[in-house]
Amino acid sequence: MKPAEVAEETRITVESDTDIVTARMRGRAMAVTLGFPPATATLVATAISELARNILLYAKRGEVALTPVENGTRRGLVVEARDQGPGIRDVEEALRDGYSTSGRLGLGLPGVRRLMDEFTVRSAVNQGTIVTVKKWNG
Amino acid sequence: MQVPILKQGSFLIATVQSALTDADMVQLRDALVDQVGKYRSHGVIIDVTALDVIDSFATGTLRDVAQMVRLRGAETVIVGIQPDVAFSMVHMGLSLEEVATTLDLEEGLAYLNRKTKLQTGP
Repeated sequence: MKPAEVAEETRITVESDTDIVTARMRGRAMAVTLGFPPATATLVATAISELARNILLYAKRGEVALTPVENGTRRGLVVEARDQGPGIRDVEEALRDGYSTSGRLGLGLPGVRRLMDEFTVRSAVNQGTIVTVKKWNG
Repeated sequence: MQVPILKQGSFLIATVQSALTDADMVQLRDALVDQVGKYRSHGVIIDVTALDVIDSFATGTLRDVAQMVRLRGAETVIVGIQPDVAFSMVHMGLSLEEVATTLDLEEGLAYLNRKTKLQTGP
């Protein structure tokens, strides 16, 4: 008998726009492996796309780590986007709709917060940023 | 991956075949804006049925295409947004604003036919 597929922690280096696509595809695949419905897997993939782009846009280089988690019978997926870029000067401001220092829509980070169940940002100016988000299945 | 653009009568049809990078999206935008002039097209259809994710960058670029194509005197319609993608866009708060959308390619062609007939008169 074939053993059930196990989702393992995955890290994706982000340093070009093709890595954004790779990261979100891996994230979707992991969500599906964990039994997430397709609509939820799309939410996760979209959030990863935004976080990976922020790395590229503001820090040029970083990584996205995908980790399966369990809480009793619930399964979840943690996405952590890490970089050693310029950091976010005002995190509250960066979470406001329509705020952007890059001349874009300014819906990336606040949008990610709406897509996921848990959301934290740790950032220090000139040291880097770690955004951690979690999605639970059910 | 480059998106093929088909010329059909006075319309251009761009069919996305797979996930697109940001550079691919920008390349598609520029190619459409260029070809609207080259072929004197009246309408543009972008078929996004195969697009896995429409995030803030993709949304912004699609809005830009529609706006730029309009400034060049033609109409744009986005067709084939998948249910899960629509769900994700709504959750995230992304909107295509005034950009026309239809269910699929067939509806998109019907939309452009109506729209461009209205403009040119009988």
